[in-house]
Amino acid sequence: MNLRRDVFQAIADPTRRAILLLVASQAMTAGTIASNFDTARPTVSKHLQILTECELLTQEQSGREIYYHFNPNKMKEIAEWLIPFAKMWDDRFNKLENIMKKYKSKK
Amino acid sequence: MEMKTKIHAEEGKQEIVITRDFDLPLELLFKAYVEPEIIEQWMGTKVKKLENKKHGGYQFETTDPKGNKHIFNGVIHDIILNTKIIRTFEMENTPFAVQLEFLEFEKLTDDTSKLRMHVIYKSIALRDQILKLPFAHGINMAHNQLQEIVDNIK
Repeated sequence: MNLRRDVFQAIADPTRRAILLLVASQAMTAGTIASNFDTARPTVSKHLQILTECELLTQEQSGREIYYHFNPNKMKEIAEWLIPFAKMWDDRFNKLENIMKKYKSKK
Repeated sequence: MEMKTKIHAEEGKQEIVITRDFDLPLELLFKAYVEPEIIEQWMGTKVKKLENKKHGGYQFETTDPKGNKHIFNGVIHDIILNTKIIRTFEMENTPFAVQLEFLEFEKLTDDTSKLRMHVIYKSIALRDQILKLPFAHGINMAHNQLQEIVDNIK
């Protein structure tokens, strides 16, 4: 498994989350993104590469510049991955509630 | 449909908080956690051992649809009637490290109560891995169903 392509791995890093927030407001070039951080430029490039590989960002060529765009669909996927875990517990607790309601009426 | 169960999983933390409001008096909610026959019903598991006391232990066993047995065990660090259970939880024969669980039971009204389950994992990576299990399982199921359909077409 290529961990670098794992979106969860990608958003675990605070700088990458800051980049996502920044680009979500407006598409921008690597240079503009880097100017918002104290981090060395190659480090920002590395982060952009990881975010692009896992499709949280997309690149678009505009003349001589490459603009980075935020991909909300991929972000939505992340918001949804926790649902099955919540559903598993919700099903369990619903069962508990039903069983105990019957238990109560038996008494 | 809105779920009554809420999962609070902050990014980059090795813990989660599960909360749920029940249409049950506090005493009945707590009972569902300490009576083996009741646990068996809602957890869908066999209770091999359950010592509801400080420094007691427990062991549950479930059988999956394929007939494989899975054993879960832990130690009860502390238990206070209708108030809280602090325990460890471990899945035997898996690479997952033991987790620490704080279960807090709270009365809301005479007929309603709240459970707050605070779970602490060994690492952030482990937490994320465990949270993703049901998601991954769902994907596998979908994949298997797809495979079946494809196989039937052939």
